[in-house]
Amino acid sequence: MTPQEIYDNLKAKFGESILEAKLDALQPWIRVDEHRTKEICVFLHDEPNFRFDYLMCLSGMDYNNGALGAVYHLSSMSHKHKIVLRANCPKENPRIQSVSSVWGTADWHEREAFDMFGIVFDGHPDMRRILCPDDYPGYPLRKDFKVPEFYNGMKVPY
Amino acid sequence: MGILNYKFENSNVLITSLDSLLNWARLSSLWQMQFGLACCAIEMMAASASNFDIMRFGVIPRATPRQADVMIVAGTVTLKMASRIKRLYDQMAEPRYVLSMGSCSNCGGPYWEHGYHVLKGVDRVIPVDVYVPGCPPRPEALLEGIMKLQEKVRSESLAKKAPAK
Repeated sequence: MTPQEIYDNLKAKFGESILEAKLDALQPWIRVDEHRTKEICVFLHDEPNFRFDYLMCLSGMDYNNGALGAVYHLSSMSHKHKIVLRANCPKENPRIQSVSSVWGTADWHEREAFDMFGIVFDGHPDMRRILCPDDYPGYPLRKDFKVPEFYNGMKVPY
Repeated sequence: MGILNYKFENSNVLITSLDSLLNWARLSSLWQMQFGLACCAIEMMAASASNFDIMRFGVIPRATPRQADVMIVAGTVTLKMASRIKRLYDQMAEPRYVLSMGSCSNCGGPYWEHGYHVLKGVDRVIPVDVYVPGCPPRPEALLEGIMKLQEKVRSESLAKKAPAK
């Protein structure tokens, strides 16, 4: 299925929740409502015409304009088609619906996005840091992150 | 001990100073705390394998800090690991030694500027006896580090009374 067909199908089914798309990009993407990602992903995963059975990657983003976001690279093993989903959220209240119940892969990826960007994934079974120590101050991959002077009494900068 | 074979007819008594004997025993059995942190650990494993055979220096990996004499910090010390390293070091019995292997544990290595999660040198949490440079150091470099540590052990004295501080 072409990106245009995927977009049209999603638009027909979810209407207002499909916010934006760029289908002539190298990796065509569709931006969706961050509070309906689970529904949309369940549809993409289960619908026989889509069968997006493989979440290749889930990345966190800081757009440096007050918005954070998650980017989902989806692929279908049976139909051999791909699409990129995006969901943005404001920095003050960074909440996106979790898709870890749709693809098990998303579990640790969402924890990583939480660890690095502080995006809280609603409905995630175990939303805590995965790489940094539990008491690490701040979210290191945010653009406005400053390396702390000390961490637990240890000097951090060179 | 080959050079001493058949040198004594009836007696088997040797005279030496207690210090030399203790130091000879200690430097010939520098048991190592067994853990690796990053790619340096691969070189450390290569040093343990048959080509370089670190065991000929008496370096035997031990799985507990309580049986170890030397801690080889082989790799990137993250802030998360640093507190664990400190605890493991505290659990080692004295006399204990630390060999810092590779640029990361010497000074932060390639993470010195942007490493928000990296401790810029393991000597910020525990005292280091020997630094082995390299990224990662070859096994020969690690062996030389062990030999430097042996020199240090040889020059120490456990039997004499410690000088007043």
